[in-house]
Amino acid sequence: MASAEKQKSDAPQGKEGLGGWVERRTGLDSLLRGALYEPIPGGARLAYVFGSGLLFIFVSQIITGIFLALYYVPSADHAHTTVAYITKSVTAGSFLRSLHGYGASAMVIVLLLHLSQTYIYGAYKGRRELLWISGCVLLGLVLAMAFTGYLLPWDQRAYFATTVGTNAASEVPLIGESLKRMMRGGTDMGTLTISRFFVAHVFLIPACIFALVASHIFLFRKAGAAGPVTENPHKPEQKTEMFYPRQVLMDLSLTALLIIGLGVLCFFVPMQLGPAANPADAQYVPRPEWYYLPIFQWLKYWHGAMSVIGILVIPMILVVAVIALPFLDRGIERRPWKRPIAMGSYAFVMLALVGLGLRSEYLDHHDAGVAQQLAKQDAAEAEFMHKPFEPELSSGSLAAANVALADPVAAKGKTIFEGQSCNACHGDGGVGTAAAPALTGVSAKFNADQLTEFLKHPTAKMTAGGMTPVDLPPDDLKALIAYVESLH
Amino acid sequence: MSGSTQDAGSSLRKQDVTCEPASGERRSFLGALLGLGSVCVGALLSVPLIRFALFPLLRRTTELKASPVGKVSEFSSLSEPVLRTIQIEQVDGWRKAVSEKVIYVTKDAGGQLSVLTAICPHLGCTVPWNSGRKAFVCPCHGASFSLDGSRIDGPSLRGMDTLESSVEDGQLLVRFQYFRQLVADKEVIG
Repeated sequence: MASAEKQKSDAPQGKEGLGGWVERRTGLDSLLRGALYEPIPGGARLAYVFGSGLLFIFVSQIITGIFLALYYVPSADHAHTTVAYITKSVTAGSFLRSLHGYGASAMVIVLLLHLSQTYIYGAYKGRRELLWISGCVLLGLVLAMAFTGYLLPWDQRAYFATTVGTNAASEVPLIGESLKRMMRGGTDMGTLTISRFFVAHVFLIPACIFALVASHIFLFRKAGAAGPVTENPHKPEQKTEMFYPRQVLMDLSLTALLIIGLGVLCFFVPMQLGPAANPADAQYVPRPEWYYLPIFQWLKYWHGAMSVIGILVIPMILVVAVIALPFLDRGIERRPWKRPIAMGSYAFVMLALVGLGLRSEYLDHHDAGVAQQLAKQDAAEAEFMHKPFEPELSSGSLAAANVALADPVAAKGKTIFEGQSCNACHGDGGVGTAAAPALTGVSAKFNADQLTEFLKHPTAKMTAGGMTPVDLPPDDLKALIAYVESLH
Repeated sequence: MSGSTQDAGSSLRKQDVTCEPASGERRSFLGALLGLGSVCVGALLSVPLIRFALFPLLRRTTELKASPVGKVSEFSSLSEPVLRTIQIEQVDGWRKAVSEKVIYVTKDAGGQLSVLTAICPHLGCTVPWNSGRKAFVCPCHGASFSLDGSRIDGPSLRGMDTLESSVEDGQLLVRFQYFRQLVADKEVIG
């Protein structure tokens, strides 16, 4: 009795009925209140909306990603066909694929805004070191998601961009070559590369992101909101306002803006898919997605003995400096206009990134050969998009089988196979039917002499299944065997 | 009341100027509005997802397309069955299989064009037309069939199987199918 009373008093406002029961069993209402009544020193502000925006895009990426996996096959011979099927045939397929693809770009943009806001507001200072570090790791993971996801459609653009991307890894001293082979699953790009990128994109990195998003939110709640630039980074002193309702409304406005923006973009300018990857195309000019352009341009400047500085030392210093920032910059001053070094470095890095990206674009536009080739590649993409979807010819197909029959003896055998009605039971191309087993790959088990023997004198089991002895002139029999041996 | 709600409550009392007794109702109304709005937006966003997932149910993704046999005019003066090889294309989602099948174009009892499969309904051998005997005679077990495919003699329990055919823009089209052997009634197996 006593515990029942206690339970009752646990329910907010002592709710009765279904709502009260759900609350007693799940604590859902308290959880929601806990989530919504987070105090924000200095009150709600538009500047704080980016974290929620990121969470929304992340959820959207998970959902669209799961749905895309309904039709996608991660292998070099099917990946492009299945993405083309999604884009051209499946209802809403182009829209969902665009949502996933543009979502990646939106993620990078909102992530940069979130990071910039945190940096400019000095929100990494004081009690929020781990929060900043987990955010840095998340940035790396999101960029890794973008890199691994980019290859999966296996069109020209994806294939060549990833070839360059993985080549860059080989520039790392000592372990570079092994690193590249590790990423590719071999020396060259191929079906094993897709498998690796797929596993990383769909299982490994998302698992890490889940863990880090959870810890990022936990650390945020533990440390508390940073508040405005005038707030003390160690002990917040300003008047607080709850997360709900004003901040929630602001966060939801950004979400609504993202939904409308992405929706309109995906509907009116759906993502393109180019022709299937053709590794033999020596003309193709590879270009990464826009957010990798600065790195792409940066790598162009480093060659030979100096390359270790540009490719390893400088980026490593930058990464370590960014991660260690809360420990390097211990001052409690958060107002940007009082932090000239911090703001100067921020402006320098941002301008450098933008400058490198623009430089890459500029060079592409001013090199006639490159510009022409890039235009040609865009035209090829547009042309491919206009073609109707062409299903992939399955391996047992006539055309595939005919290609294998370059051998005239085997070709004659095929005529005999069909003329003798072997295909009536063993199926066209020996693929097997309900009446008789498949003959494909039978040459791996038996040699020509054994096969001849089976045809002339079927075993008891074969006879029981309806097989009759084959009585043919020796040449015809030889041709038939040659055909059967060619079946794969 | 849970601990966190109490904390929230006390800090509200202390600091939040907008928190007056009347605003509680206003907030729950706003909450309901936001909840309803989110549900509506969520429902709207799930429309493309549902359409995407249900695509194979709403549209045929496995199908056998009708194969062209030739122009109808080619068969206008048909005195005996003509053997034709057709290509059949079977689409399965994003892949397709192409294979060749042997069929006969002939005339049915009413003088209309009809298409027969060349597979013997007895045990599945390919049946040739015997011009001397003016009949289809199976080389395996001697089943014989008339010009329109109806059974004359031999071990087969039924006549040769007609295939669904149609004429479009002067083209004779046929839908190839397999039928169960060794039974008296025509029964599609695939």
